[in-house]
Amino acid sequence: MKVHEYQAKALLREFGVAVPKGDVADTPAQAKEIAQRLGGRTVVKAQVHAGGRGKGGGIKLADDPAGAEAAAKQILGMMLKTPQTPPEGIKVRTVLVEEASAIDRELYLSMTLDRGRSTHVVMASQAGGMDIEDVAAKTPEKIVREWTHPAIGLTDFQARRLAFGLGLAGDQFRQGVALIKALFALYLAKDCSLAEINPLVVTKDGRVFALDAKLNFDDNALFRHKELVELRDVHEEDPLDVEASKYGLNYIKLDGNVGCMVNGAGLAMATMDIVKIAGGEPANFLDVGGGASPEQIENAFRIISSDPSVKAIFINVFGGILRVDRLAEGIIAAVRKLGLTLPVVLRAEGTNVELGKKMLAESGLALTMADDMGDGARKAVAFAKGQK
Amino acid sequence: MSILVTKDTRVVVQGITGKEGAFHAARCKEYGTRIVGGVTPGKGGTTHEGFPVWNTVEESVTKEGADCALIFVPPLAAADAIMEAAAAGVPLVICITEGIPVTDMVRAKHFVLGTKSRLVGPNCPGVITPDEAKIGIMPGHIHKRGNVGVVSRSGTLTYEVVGQLTKRGIGQSSCVGIGGDPVNGTSFIDVLQLFNQDPKTRAMMMIGEIGGTAEEEAAGYIKANVRKPVVAFICGQTAPPGRRMGHAGAIIAGGKGTAAEKMKALEAAGATLVKSPADMGATVARVIGA
Repeated sequence: MKVHEYQAKALLREFGVAVPKGDVADTPAQAKEIAQRLGGRTVVKAQVHAGGRGKGGGIKLADDPAGAEAAAKQILGMMLKTPQTPPEGIKVRTVLVEEASAIDRELYLSMTLDRGRSTHVVMASQAGGMDIEDVAAKTPEKIVREWTHPAIGLTDFQARRLAFGLGLAGDQFRQGVALIKALFALYLAKDCSLAEINPLVVTKDGRVFALDAKLNFDDNALFRHKELVELRDVHEEDPLDVEASKYGLNYIKLDGNVGCMVNGAGLAMATMDIVKIAGGEPANFLDVGGGASPEQIENAFRIISSDPSVKAIFINVFGGILRVDRLAEGIIAAVRKLGLTLPVVLRAEGTNVELGKKMLAESGLALTMADDMGDGARKAVAFAKGQK
Repeated sequence: MSILVTKDTRVVVQGITGKEGAFHAARCKEYGTRIVGGVTPGKGGTTHEGFPVWNTVEESVTKEGADCALIFVPPLAAADAIMEAAAAGVPLVICITEGIPVTDMVRAKHFVLGTKSRLVGPNCPGVITPDEAKIGIMPGHIHKRGNVGVVSRSGTLTYEVVGQLTKRGIGQSSCVGIGGDPVNGTSFIDVLQLFNQDPKTRAMMMIGEIGGTAEEEAAGYIKANVRKPVVAFICGQTAPPGRRMGHAGAIIAGGKGTAAEKMKALEAAGATLVKSPADMGATVARVIGA
């Protein structure tokens, strides 16, 4: 799960990570009021779940409160386009108004899981403000890494090594060490999958703080973080993804026209692959879970068929323990209930396959049985292309 | 022959009084697996659907000589269940539970590394040695005893390949699901090594997926050590970057972990790559001349 910059910064503040003074606004008038309160120059920042906001015109400097109001007027309601947004952009609903600081140096700090070592890694670099992937690829020596002990966490000496690696000295060094330790405490306590401060800045008046902040959270840990679930902004997600998540379905919308309904993530990915190999394009990834119950099937049908580009649906279920006659029952009921007219191709393995096939054949619905997943993909793709 | 589990493996089921635990304990027993009982803290001394229940894993070890733990404990307590089994000295710990927080698994994995136990999973279908023992949630009847070793990060996709093999009359020595999470106990390399040393395994079928670098590391191992034929399929060839494809571990991040890179690495290591998931069984048949 992702959160907005202003939400991330509120969490940083709570854990003692230094951030600029500021507040969020939904209207230009509010932005003006916040700028008045802060005094001096301010920065008005669009709050969307995407990077590269500055280049898209989502971040503006203002000299005075009237300027902040004007900037907020321009940014609020705009469709912000960055390399990380969908082509049509994301609508900006809130802005963050912050004190503008005279920046001396821009640094980089992040924490995430290192899968290869099965533990957390803290990364720091003096090449702040840049795309860290580029830095890692071109000048890996500019990134300092510390892997944390699974039980002990980040030690003081590691935090010091990172701060030295950032080229900090004197009071800035002390501020840096405190900030790194506080951020790691937050990272662990809130089950972050990523905590990234880019840039971490040193100001001309000697302060060290997080100018930007990105926090992502481990979806598997949300059950113990009700406070984080409340921060979810469904406007930032595809409406069909949001609908699917309500029913515990794992759905990701893609660009093609063959709707896929599969049990299990690996088989769902393999089904997308085979649709492509058969000359089609998958419209989605959808994992209905191991059991594929009648309710799940119905909800899955509703979500797939509400995507207007879908021209055919390919159901690929390898149940084993699952009874295909029950599955067929669920499919027939769902198709009738939803008045579905799209062609449906079913490939299912499990108990009572023959009975299931017979039920589907006798149902009078536009259902086609497939012998295996290759056959099913070919049939579904042919339907989607209008060749049947 | 086989790897990891045999007909003599004595299994304790952690979370046996839960719906999933009870259901699958019964299915495993039907298959012929020796289920010695289960553990549910607070319900020790009772029986559940014919199985004795203990409060701790340790009791199952001292009283029944359990040497494998099968875990169905819900996500919030699953990492603790893994550590309890390892602390009790159970040599093989198989965790089926899906959705364990990563920070919990980081701790549990390193805890297990400090013991003599091996963890398989989590978020996996388990391990089966056909006609001997089924320790997991896979459908037993699709398997057939034989000499192809199967290792996979996925559940139902493993059933798919096993189904394709069995339909062609090709049996399996053992099938191991290592799980779809970013932090897991047993890697592809661990399993490939076991199959490589197992005299009855003639060939290996490996199913990887996008995300991480486990397949690339496996490729390095295959190139250096494996002389038996390896057939590999990587799912997620069409997955877009930055989106988690169901499994917590299946995500292309920062341009890394694509199917294309993994396939290239495995091919360079001498493995036979399968492009279409419909051709997995046929490719194994061709490679072993069956």
